[in-house]
Amino acid sequence: MSIQAWTWVTVGITFAAYLYIGYRSRVRSTRGFYVAGQGVPAIANGAATAADWMSAASFISMAGLISFMGYDGSVYLMGWTGGYVLLALLLAPFLRKYGKYTVPDFVAERYYSQAARIVAAICAIFVSFTYVAGQMGGVGVAFSRFLEVPFEIGVVIGMVIVAFFAVLGGMKGITYTQVAQYCVLIFAYTIPAIAIALVLTSNPVPQLAIGEVLPKLNAIQTDLGLDPYSNPFARLDMLNVFCVTVCLMVGTAGLPHVIVRFYTTKSVRDARWSAFYALLFIAILYTTAPAVAMFAKYYILNQFAEVGTQGFTQLDWVQNWAATGLIDIDAINASDGTAAALLANINRDIIVLATPEIAGLSAFVVALVAAGGLAAALSTASGLLLVISSSLAHDIYGNIINPQASDKKRLLVGRIMIFAAVVLAGLLGIFPLGFVAEVVAFAFGLAAASFFPILVLGVFWKRANKYGAIAGMSVGLAFTFIMIVLMRAQNVLGLDEPIIDSFLGINAQGIGIIGMLLNFGLTIGVSLATPAPPMDVQRMVEQIRYPRVINDEELEEHLSHDAH
Amino acid sequence: MSTPITHQQYWRGQRTRIVLLLIVWAIVAFGLSIFGVEALNTVSLGGIPLGFWMAQQGSIFIFVLLILIYAITSDRAERAAGLQETADSTTQAGEDH
Repeated sequence: MSIQAWTWVTVGITFAAYLYIGYRSRVRSTRGFYVAGQGVPAIANGAATAADWMSAASFISMAGLISFMGYDGSVYLMGWTGGYVLLALLLAPFLRKYGKYTVPDFVAERYYSQAARIVAAICAIFVSFTYVAGQMGGVGVAFSRFLEVPFEIGVVIGMVIVAFFAVLGGMKGITYTQVAQYCVLIFAYTIPAIAIALVLTSNPVPQLAIGEVLPKLNAIQTDLGLDPYSNPFARLDMLNVFCVTVCLMVGTAGLPHVIVRFYTTKSVRDARWSAFYALLFIAILYTTAPAVAMFAKYYILNQFAEVGTQGFTQLDWVQNWAATGLIDIDAINASDGTAAALLANINRDIIVLATPEIAGLSAFVVALVAAGGLAAALSTASGLLLVISSSLAHDIYGNIINPQASDKKRLLVGRIMIFAAVVLAGLLGIFPLGFVAEVVAFAFGLAAASFFPILVLGVFWKRANKYGAIAGMSVGLAFTFIMIVLMRAQNVLGLDEPIIDSFLGINAQGIGIIGMLLNFGLTIGVSLATPAPPMDVQRMVEQIRYPRVINDEELEEHLSHDAH
Repeated sequence: MSTPITHQQYWRGQRTRIVLLLIVWAIVAFGLSIFGVEALNTVSLGGIPLGFWMAQQGSIFIFVLLILIYAITSDRAERAAGLQETADSTTQAGEDH
């Protein structure tokens, strides 16, 4: 069977499974719709969180980025995993104990302010929309490359699938579908990696096989006049590696679609354990990705060293990908014939998708990768769409516009909002706005500078009050946003060059760290200069620090200790 | 079984645990994998420079381990303080509407 026939088979079977699971998990209440009835077991929630988290970018683009960046690509590996430590220790158990529906719910009650709720809901919608548009675009790319249907049709098929299980099942449908999507994407990622490890070395475990591959890769890079692969700070200096890593970590812990996953567990204890399972499941892919990156780079450079520029452009897999425009054969032929020029004309996004072909693996494995990429994109898109829908239907409609609405009516509005969000996300996928793509990469900086500080202080510092939080959140967000616009003025504003190159040497990807520090500093400073929050807010903070519900008598006893 | 502790001791214990685990987290992620990478690269681990290995493999394994330690020790402290949840003493969403 051809690659295309196998792809129809794998995609057909997995999509049928998603639809079946979505239908079985349909819900009838808002509690089921927004937080899956708080009945998701820790291990299932861990798998769903992992699928929710690992987007088309993690699955398709990350290994390619690392392959071309070498050591400096570690910013993504550590940044997108290390954030879970912050999340598990500082936020997940406490927000589960708080136990409502959304992140803006917590912000509104902790900072006793509907204005804070609106700011938080708008931040959540903004961050999620920029993110989801990229996912829908990814679905379109996967369909058009592997199934040869037009890009737009691919996006529409993806929209119909997501709309089906999200509208019917809300968070519950999404969660159980994501468990299935995790299984698909992790098989699709690790099976080709193991197969390639066995071709290149005698060791089937990619994480161990790199011990044999890296010395050879370093040697061939040196022979071809490139820096050794494992040399640090070739593309980013030490300051920026640090700042970007911190920004991605803190941003991970501040992204609403990740935090809300921990609202769905049965208990506080399960929230802690599901953070563990989530990172364990993510780590399987994230420790395989750098191995895939090394294998791919080694294959490409080795083939190049053997056959030279002219021979390279005649290779079958190069010809296949040249047809999609992701490898520029003419530019390679016209170049000076160095390895650096070769690499500059290969699009990084093809690494994961093309590596099985480069290594000559069977058509079935190549098709599996396509199904995995689609699973990654659809699972992330559905989680984000739920955040958008809950921000609009629960926070804006249910709490601000019509607080008297019945549960039935809230559920209906939730379903309508998620449907509208799917359609809008699909349109953004088909007609991408230039600045959206640019902002996606910075969603982490914005989340780090807005949500993370006020959430952490909200749990660990009773004295934090609404004036501090509103000042911190708005200044942190505004500073980061403005800095990104100034540093990326060519893309965002259409100018010829950036208005400023960097801020104290920190680039646009790492600037969120300054926004975060400003947020922390302002929240603390302004809170201290203004009155302490009311007693019932201090009671609530005391309450969420303990796993089981603390009764009134115990609470009084706790607070009397505080006074001393 | 561990000796019973008060609620105040539970919360102080959790705070200490969180701070200690985050110190390890920072040393691994920033100390070893970024600031100390060049020094560690002089050592080789099965063919891979140690600093590079820490940044692309070791740190991720340690992150998983840190959350595991937190989950296990929190379970233990929660039992010692009599704070574990039952079906009746878990927060439920939607109680207020």
